[in-house]
Amino acid sequence: MDIDKVFKALADPTRRRLLDQLHSESGQTLTALCEHMDMSRQAVTQHLQQLEEANLVAIVWQGREKLHYLNPVPLHEIYTRWIEKFEHGRLDALHNLKQRLEGDDNDKT
Amino acid sequence: MTKPDFVYVTYIATTPEKVWQALIDPALARQYWADPKGGCARVNVSDWQPGSRWEHQRLDGTVDILGKVVETTPPSRLVITWARPTEVEDEAKHSRVTFDIEPYSDGLVRLMVTHADLERDPEMLKGISGGWPIVLSNLKTLLESGHALPGSPVAS
Repeated sequence: MDIDKVFKALADPTRRRLLDQLHSESGQTLTALCEHMDMSRQAVTQHLQQLEEANLVAIVWQGREKLHYLNPVPLHEIYTRWIEKFEHGRLDALHNLKQRLEGDDNDKT
Repeated sequence: MTKPDFVYVTYIATTPEKVWQALIDPALARQYWADPKGGCARVNVSDWQPGSRWEHQRLDGTVDILGKVVETTPPSRLVITWARPTEVEDEAKHSRVTFDIEPYSDGLVRLMVTHADLERDPEMLKGISGGWPIVLSNLKTLLESGHALPGSPVAS
């Protein structure tokens, strides 16, 4: 899948809210999702469509009900490609900062 | 069918047969099926006949998870139950994992993993939710590049 679609899908507050909704309760219908959204059913449908095209939302049919699931697999791919490899330096910096600050505290007491 | 608790989808540039083989063949599974907490790989061992037992083993043979094979339709659908070794007799606590493999456009294969009936075991729910995305990403990398991930148990 196209990673550009994933970033584009994430670059919108409404779509991120929909993902949050699905994270708190996965497997929701359009009607259930609309209850939390202050916009038309049609607008929510379009946002969900974009999330689906980016593979961030997966659909499962249960009888006649269309259930929307958060699919975290593309997020994991972004994590390994764009976050994990930059993380080590930052964690070291935080660790050093923590040591310095806590060291100062220790000096005062 | 009960409503699934988790659904994971990945698209892989490969064939359904190769995805199927990667799920059931320990020689392939050990190259990508990483423990979410790092450390040694896991493989799935069974004769894959409906009704047979399957085991999710570490390379030293320790069994972490096991269950029954419910449905085997190569190369498109595999359904298994999922339980801790201590709860193998207590079927009320077993959850269910389904692998659906189907050809998609542009030479891609769509692999969908659904995990259902996890509400019977909230601890298991926490444990697996971080694990599947890692396993599926690693599987995709292995099948598309032919290489195990750096840092995976057999990469070096």
